[in-house]
Amino acid sequence: MNSDLRTPLARARGLGSARVGVHHWWAQRLTAIALIPLVVWFAISLVMMSGADYGAVRAWIGSPVVMVLLILTIAIGLHHGQLGLQVVIEDYVHGDGFKLALIVAVRFIAVLFGLAAIVAVLRIGFGS
Amino acid sequence: MSVANRPVHRPLSPHLQVYKPQLTSVLSILHRATGIALSVGALYLATWVIYAASNPTAYALFQGFNTSILGRIVLGGWLFCTFYHLCNGIRHLFWDAGYGFELKDAYRSGWIVVAVALIATAVSWIVGLRLV
Repeated sequence: MNSDLRTPLARARGLGSARVGVHHWWAQRLTAIALIPLVVWFAISLVMMSGADYGAVRAWIGSPVVMVLLILTIAIGLHHGQLGLQVVIEDYVHGDGFKLALIVAVRFIAVLFGLAAIVAVLRIGFGS
Repeated sequence: MSVANRPVHRPLSPHLQVYKPQLTSVLSILHRATGIALSVGALYLATWVIYAASNPTAYALFQGFNTSILGRIVLGGWLFCTFYHLCNGIRHLFWDAGYGFELKDAYRSGWIVVAVALIATAVSWIVGLRLV
């Protein structure tokens, strides 16, 4: 006898009562795994570039491999941060309205800074 | 006031301050704290890239802080948060896969995380100082 009260279809879809299922959990892990090599690379690079002048830092950011890795680090890093902050807010903020406002604000700020930084990288790389 | 509406004063469970801190609980909250700090740091680093795309004067102003003593301390803090969150994050991924739940394993991996994070922070921070 099946002890699971869900229907086979519900189980196959893997969605919980909130209809989002394990997506948040999975996205957090996937971004975490991707960030392991990216963050090691970025931390070493940041130490190397931490005293660099204008010309040197632009030459570094503008090289093709660095551009790709940097854009990946910015996008995945901010996505991971936003997912983590959402969990922290959900755990500690109890007023529904304030909770939602904070989560929305975190998302907007992450997208704004992420896009601005990616545009900056592209501008340096493509020389405008 | 009816009986059902009367506020009930049930005994509350002992709160955080009565418990002796353990390595496992301290590292757990430190993972969150460093995660929040890194989110703020990410905005700062995004600003650094944005300044690099602007004019040399604006960048020099920004970089002036980064190379100051306070800027170096901030970099050291960022490096510790990064290496700690990275190492403890890998510890979390092993737990997600179902490994390392025995108490002695949780303590051993916890101390490894602390040691690796501190060593990586010290080495990279000192290397960074020598490059300026």
